[in-house]
Amino acid sequence: MKTTYREAIRAAMREALLGDERVFLMGEDVGRYGGCFAVSLGLLEEFGPERIRDTPLSESGFVGAGIGAALGGMRPIVEIMTVNFSLLALDQLVNNAATLLHMSGGQFNVPVVFRLTTGAGRQLAAQHSHSLEGWYAHIPGLRILTPATLEDARGMLGTALEDPDPVLIFEHGSLYNVPGEIADDAGLVNIDKAAVRRAGADVALITYGGTLPVVLESADRLAAEGIEAEVVDLRVLRPLDDAALLAAVAKTHRAVVVDEGWRSGSLSAEISARITEQAFFDLDAPVGRVCSAEVPVPYARHLELAALPSVERVVEAVHKVVGAGG
Amino acid sequence: MNGDAGPRVAADPAHARELLRQMLRVRRFEEKCVELYSATKIRGFMHVYIGEEAVAAGVLSTLAPDDAVVATYREHGHALLRGVDPGAILAEMYGYQEGCCRGRGGSMHLFDAGTRFYGGNAIVAGGLPLAVGLALADKMAGRSRVTACFFGEGAVAEGEFHESMNLAALWELPVLFCCENNLYAMGTALGRSESQTDLALKAAGYEVAAWAVDGMDVIAVEEAARRAVDAVRAGGGPHFLELRTYRFRAHSMYDPERYREKAEVAQWLERDPVSLLHASLAAAGDLPDTEWERVQRAVDAEVQAAVDFAEAGTPEPVEELTRFVYSERGAQ
Repeated sequence: MKTTYREAIRAAMREALLGDERVFLMGEDVGRYGGCFAVSLGLLEEFGPERIRDTPLSESGFVGAGIGAALGGMRPIVEIMTVNFSLLALDQLVNNAATLLHMSGGQFNVPVVFRLTTGAGRQLAAQHSHSLEGWYAHIPGLRILTPATLEDARGMLGTALEDPDPVLIFEHGSLYNVPGEIADDAGLVNIDKAAVRRAGADVALITYGGTLPVVLESADRLAAEGIEAEVVDLRVLRPLDDAALLAAVAKTHRAVVVDEGWRSGSLSAEISARITEQAFFDLDAPVGRVCSAEVPVPYARHLELAALPSVERVVEAVHKVVGAGG
Repeated sequence: MNGDAGPRVAADPAHARELLRQMLRVRRFEEKCVELYSATKIRGFMHVYIGEEAVAAGVLSTLAPDDAVVATYREHGHALLRGVDPGAILAEMYGYQEGCCRGRGGSMHLFDAGTRFYGGNAIVAGGLPLAVGLALADKMAGRSRVTACFFGEGAVAEGEFHESMNLAALWELPVLFCCENNLYAMGTALGRSESQTDLALKAAGYEVAAWAVDGMDVIAVEEAARRAVDAVRAGGGPHFLELRTYRFRAHSMYDPERYREKAEVAQWLERDPVSLLHASLAAAGDLPDTEWERVQRAVDAEVQAAVDFAEAGTPEPVEELTRFVYSERGAQ
């Protein structure tokens, strides 16, 4: 069937709401407005205001309420309009959601799912465009998902709702309009493993979320030059699927990490370090990285594009590692 | 509230004696904690409830077993009076696996699923949104339960207080907000940190029914709490009690108390909730000396049994360090 990333997430929410009366959606403008990015459009009419719950602009309050409702036996889906706004709820996410199970010695798990929009590319400037999922991936106790495909947009939410612990799903804003075909019976997907989106033996391109389309396009460009790239979609930023990273490196002996986050102290740094720690002798070249420029994301189109990972920069980085070493 | 008369004469002396006993349990337990802290058996940050016992004793006696409690880092007394095993509380502070959180939480993070005791929250005001969510779950599931949320007056300066008041009132949730106003947020006096020091007024600004209570008078606290809990349970939406109390000891074990006068402390000591109720019962002839001695012996024995239990505790094997970061699959 034909769908879009947005519609796939909506279908996943609808299925969850129909299948489990403990599930409800809560967040800013998820109801009457239909969702800031129209992801929840129509759900209020179908499920009513108790289960499609508009909240005041109180990120810490409603994120904490989602955690409390999960403790109380519900299965909340909490939408945070953008990852930048989630900073107003960091206390609840980091000090409560991530810690309660441990602090309570295993007594209180927190089965809540947070959906956040992330990423740049839409000229929304420095307070609506950042990619902070790598920050969240630093926190033990959280599971961090980054659906990049229609199947994952459709399937990750349902699996996340079955998870007994807090899950954050980062939806890249540039993906919502992506159209495509998915199976009529598309359903739950695993939320543990990375996936190989393109096979190739010359270099491993490791990425996730909104930069997957950029990397796939880069791989096509490289193929025209005779360089076959293996594209690894991380899918899950925490816990990282080390085995998938190592398998790709063992096969290609070269790796470039493409991450829309900033380079310093980033997820790309973590992946590079893990490859170096565990597969140093498989490498024929130093691990390459393509990240966002170290500036707050600017508004002007040409500056924003210059700040973000692009096909040109990925291809250039691959040339560097393919040209290097043995 | 300073200088008020003692508690009114109890209408039900047997029940008043029980409240006295509950306050004494907290008092003796906390005194023992201070002693054990000095002996370095307990480490980390520890905050005792001495002086504030009437608040927890009065409020918690009005709750049903199925209700929920969310508390702060000064929560030994709340845990104890909610029914958490005293030995498990003390073993937790010793850092042993026999502790109520297997030594993962310590003094500031006591949790107990069996009594629906949700911490033990050490971020000021961080527990309020949790209480809102617990109450939301009850309301959505059609359960007639109440969530009692304790926090200090310092919490009213936090955004989470205001967000939680608004959400609870907007959604008419069954939360009893219990503001333990002991006048100091660590060392910062209320008047030095708030432009409006009438705390009930702040809650009322969110359409939350709110009033102030003499937090040194356990009978008054219980009466107010019962009225509020009954209203909350009947669907009357959130209620807020400002419980005016005083902490007799330092904020934590590290506090040199430079911010308040000894005379002020002495004045409040005259309103010691345990002494006041004891005196009132004794004066009315409702507490024979022999009975009081029996109660004290029983409380001392309970505390000693908790110490014995904690002393016999064992450290969790280090191999288990990374447990409880994620749920153990199949265990849920």
